[in-house]
Amino acid sequence: MSSESAIRLVSIYPMLLGTYGDGGNLRVLTARARLRGFEVEPIELDAGEPVPADADLYLLGGGEDDAQVAAARALRRDGGLARAVAHDAVVFGVCAGYQLLGKEFPGSDGVLEPGVELLDVTTTRLPKRAVGELLAEPVSSSGVELTQPLTGYENHAGGTTLGAGAHPLARVRAGVGNGIDRLEGAVQGRIVGTYLHGPGLARNPELADLLLSWVVGSALPSLELPAVEALRAERLATVRPEE
Amino acid sequence: MSGLRLRAATGLGRFAGVMSRTLRRGDGFVIGGRVVLAACPDAFGRLCAGRRVAFVSATNGKTTTTKLLAAAMRAAGPVLTNNSGANMPAGLVAALAMPTQRVPDDAPVVLEADETYLPGLLRGTPDALVVLGNLSRDQLDRVGEVAMVARRWRSTFAELPGLAAVANADDPHVAWAAAVISEVTWVSVGNTWTADSVLCPSCGSILRRDGADWSCECGFRRPNPSWVLTDGVVVDPSGARHGLGLRLPGRANQANAVMALAAAHALGVPVETALPAMASVGSVGGRYQTVTLGGRRVRLLLGKNPAGWAEMFGMLAPPPAPVVIAINARAADGKDPSWLWDVPFEKLAGRLVVATGERRHDLAVRLTYAGVDQVTVEDPWTTMPAAVAASDQPLDAVGTYTAFREMLRKGGGARDVE
Ligand SMILES: [Zn+2]
Repeated sequence: MSSESAIRLVSIYPMLLGTYGDGGNLRVLTARARLRGFEVEPIELDAGEPVPADADLYLLGGGEDDAQVAAARALRRDGGLARAVAHDAVVFGVCAGYQLLGKEFPGSDGVLEPGVELLDVTTTRLPKRAVGELLAEPVSSSGVELTQPLTGYENHAGGTTLGAGAHPLARVRAGVGNGIDRLEGAVQGRIVGTYLHGPGLARNPELADLLLSWVVGSALPSLELPAVEALRAERLATVRPEE
Repeated sequence: MSGLRLRAATGLGRFAGVMSRTLRRGDGFVIGGRVVLAACPDAFGRLCAGRRVAFVSATNGKTTTTKLLAAAMRAAGPVLTNNSGANMPAGLVAALAMPTQRVPDDAPVVLEADETYLPGLLRGTPDALVVLGNLSRDQLDRVGEVAMVARRWRSTFAELPGLAAVANADDPHVAWAAAVISEVTWVSVGNTWTADSVLCPSCGSILRRDGADWSCECGFRRPNPSWVLTDGVVVDPSGARHGLGLRLPGRANQANAVMALAAAHALGVPVETALPAMASVGSVGGRYQTVTLGGRRVRLLLGKNPAGWAEMFGMLAPPPAPVVIAINARAADGKDPSWLWDVPFEKLAGRLVVATGERRHDLAVRLTYAGVDQVTVEDPWTTMPAAVAASDQPLDAVGTYTAFREMLRKGGGARDVE
């Protein structure tokens, strides 16, 4: 199965971090890379299974509080993800998976839990849960060249503050996002965190291709999927910017 | 007459006045219930006073289990029930205050209860029987996460020592919530969807699983069931085996029937009386009903979350039969359709899917990435794709809650739905 040239995509503990449909991000990346002719090896790790340090891209999704704590502890113990990041691997974390990449997040009953500290962000509890459509404009200063608005669905109670090491992914136009300074998500090197469910990479193909281009080291040939364009057009027409 | 009773009677009189005004105005069913609740916040408990009350709650199968249990109970005598699927407080008050048939004052009550509202309803009926089927991800924007629902169930159950339960031992969250109830009949009806019970609800460790059995290092484990369903046959607490012989299709409905059977037994209806009555139920709120839409015969199925879909593939007409899938994301469906990515739609490869409903584009993207042929149509019943229109085979159409109800209404189906 495995081959030297295959792109290795690792979904981290989808049984713990897959409550909000984010397992779709692995399917989207796999399909979009294969449609460009790349060989792909998608890997779904069971909870507690060792994290291979030599894969190309790692995905973390949203999950319940206890599951998020269990995942963070397993990842800290394992150390594989940190070794992968040291080798310049790409990481994409959503919601609980975004928060636990940071320094600290509220776990079960709101008790603060240490994260894996790969992303310079800290999360605390928002006074009111953020639930609904999220629309955000990419921020160019983050070193990420995105031109299309980011669309997704958020469902979380985390307020995420960026430290000096992290750049915002986008500026919120509708919804809550990070809940601090009207920012959404964080980027640090090749690590991207966001509150965009939907799943995020199904709704935002430009972001999916950006992550893949980091893996292959060059821009990817364009890929037009009419269904994806129709979904984006419908969502962007439905969600009104707030300002 | 004691002061307490007098106050209650006065309250009921006032309540009856509100009721009749509401009915004269001809307001909607659920609106009537809301008006009653506004005038008399404890209306629910009062309407249930003096009656044996059973609540059926679960993520999936609660409407069907309620209907099967009511059918079983009716075989032994009159029953008051909600057959509308309106399972929140206002709908239940309306069902009790405006029954479709007159029943004696002491007739038992069988009600479907929304998972999030069950705790509140139980405060008005602290001696109820709760029939608890399963908990899985559904309408995460409204209902919340599964562990949260289980915690709210458990803390409410713990405060009500008069409760009795019939509970699915195979579902860890249900077993954990019901474990605080002193009188529980444990039932094993299986649990196809395990993705929401990876962790122990009690301590947060990863659960060990061995077939249907599960246990945790903390000592919490699957309770021993006294009713067991295997391959369409149920073994009752005496060890006797009964074939179910249901008209309703699929494994999930066998599970619903065994939950109902054990509940009927707990309420005094013997298996021999309950089984034939349940077997005669052919459609529940239009599910599995064949209606005419766009001039062709269409069988309607409800598919509203990943656990429900896990049971769906076995029920669909086999490939290459096409299938219509209608996705909405209104409040009653859950406003976020990302759960579509938890459904293994890859299994539909080899047939054409007609994607419809307000969120058909979300489904179309999911199917595109799954490699399933699909065509997106706003209203397939007026403009059916030629490839589907050409076939004269009965067509299956699966919808989320509101999409399903709309197809049912258009097709003129289901007289048991208000
Ligand atoms: Zn445990």
